[in-house]
Amino acid sequence: MNILVPVRMVPDLAEELEIDANGKALDRSFLKLRLNEFDEHALEQALLLKEKHGGKVTLLALDAPDVDEALFTGVAKGADTVMKVTGVPEEGVSSHEMARILAEVVKSIPYELILTGVQSIEDRDGQIGPLLASALGIPHVSVVSGVEPTDGARAVTVRQEYAGGVMAEMEVDLPALLGVQAAQQSPRYAPVSKVRQVMKTAKIEEVASPAFEPGAGSNVVRLFKPETGGRAEMFDGSPDEIAEKLYALFGEKGFVKG
Amino acid sequence: MANDVFVLVEHLDGKVNEVTFELLGRGRELATATGGSLVAVLLGSGVKNLAPEFGAADTVLVADHPALAGYTPEGYKRVLGELVKSRAPRVLLIANTAMGMDQAAGLSIDLGWPLVAYAREVAISGGALRAVSQIYGGKLLAEAEVPGDHAIVSVLAGASPAEKGKAAGTPAVEEVAASVDGARVRFKRLIVPEAGDVDITKEPILVSVGRGIGSQENIPLVQDLADSLGAALAASRPIVDQGWLPKTRQVGKSGMTVKPKLYIAVGISGAPEHLEGMRSSSTIVAINTDAAAPIFGIAHYGVVGDLFDVLPALTEKIKGAA
Repeated sequence: MNILVPVRMVPDLAEELEIDANGKALDRSFLKLRLNEFDEHALEQALLLKEKHGGKVTLLALDAPDVDEALFTGVAKGADTVMKVTGVPEEGVSSHEMARILAEVVKSIPYELILTGVQSIEDRDGQIGPLLASALGIPHVSVVSGVEPTDGARAVTVRQEYAGGVMAEMEVDLPALLGVQAAQQSPRYAPVSKVRQVMKTAKIEEVASPAFEPGAGSNVVRLFKPETGGRAEMFDGSPDEIAEKLYALFGEKGFVKG
Repeated sequence: MANDVFVLVEHLDGKVNEVTFELLGRGRELATATGGSLVAVLLGSGVKNLAPEFGAADTVLVADHPALAGYTPEGYKRVLGELVKSRAPRVLLIANTAMGMDQAAGLSIDLGWPLVAYAREVAISGGALRAVSQIYGGKLLAEAEVPGDHAIVSVLAGASPAEKGKAAGTPAVEEVAASVDGARVRFKRLIVPEAGDVDITKEPILVSVGRGIGSQENIPLVQDLADSLGAALAASRPIVDQGWLPKTRQVGKSGMTVKPKLYIAVGISGAPEHLEGMRSSSTIVAINTDAAAPIFGIAHYGVVGDLFDVLPALTEKIKGAA
């Protein structure tokens, strides 16, 4: 089975996010990017399917800072082909724009199954999975964990997760796109030494971005930080002092016998 | 028609998802602003009996078809798409859930309507639609203007109270035809999890662990604190996705909704999906290294500090006093 995994580079939330001078977008000058964590699960699921049932895994990303390293890491993990779309706006694109670009690009890539992360932290105008699937006119299921080929690999059986751990099992005809919530095992780790080695030998295929209609359908007029900490009473001090204060609180509330 | 506000009803196993009432409450405000009707859209098989639950709506559109007995993204999208296309409401409100994600983004492409996702606020004033989305893991809010005559907004669960959407009333019920031939997605079965060793929804005290714990080897640190309090161990999604704790321990959107007397969030930043599952806890204590973590916006008590220092000290203190 040919599996295509479109991935997205997103700001690393471990770093502080700064808003630019006009107050409508992120200040991207010092922004550190990382692979969308759900895309890591999509890749893992693709690799698991390949190992069990054979096939090829193609990792596809839009050009962005640090994207090469993410793609080489994908090769180190077992992806067969890595591709990046060049000539895309440096400030990043909306989900609708990304879906429009990918819908053109994937026309020249053979696939039966597209796996991508269920969502990303930048999906203000919607998730890539259902946007791209609808643009391609193929069936789609969001929030998937568990994918198995059925019916002589003409279809896949998937599980869609709901609240409370309830899941629905569905059969989806191929070609199809799935928004992966969690792979059947946690994403594998690629040692840095292996990634370095891959960088010397592997090649990232470059595809020029097609012309695409710009816009997200709506316009951000204000990007701002929510009020946090306003509600919480903060305890500080040394670890022992904090423990003391928390213990007193628990006693007061009757959670421990004070 | 062009001023109407449509709300997609979400239901599973004969039960209406609470978020639907939140949307109806919000939808009523929007319909008042547009001067249109509030319309609940109910898809399924043998679901007409649910219609009286939507007293807050002016009309309930029911598409009843055996092929809609089990939810599939494709079946729903086809029927909902036809309906929305022909009736062209001002706004279509959909919950930002597993089902809602399928529908909202898919229909945005099919209909060519703008979509604002992860909305916490949505309002119409002077004919203009504005929505505030919660993005970057809840770290930032983005207020957007949505141009055009029609729009889809997918709204976060818990963004507005459900009470207003539960108003009594006698909505008109209109049955509409559904065509779902040649389905490429087929519903097979619903899988309800077997009860785990612990039912975290029934525990009075939960110590919940998140990504900040770093690795599986450190979980016992949190287990020790839980043990000292006679509490159960819970977790945020990344911990369960990593396989470090079973699914039955997961709090949040795709896990359990919990309301313990005490919820201690350890190394949990507080992504919206997590907050959705624990915001109603009576007392929330958060321990996190990042002072800007959204969890502090919902916690009653907070500690900005290293869990690897604070937890052993706290466990020691509780054990020592016992």
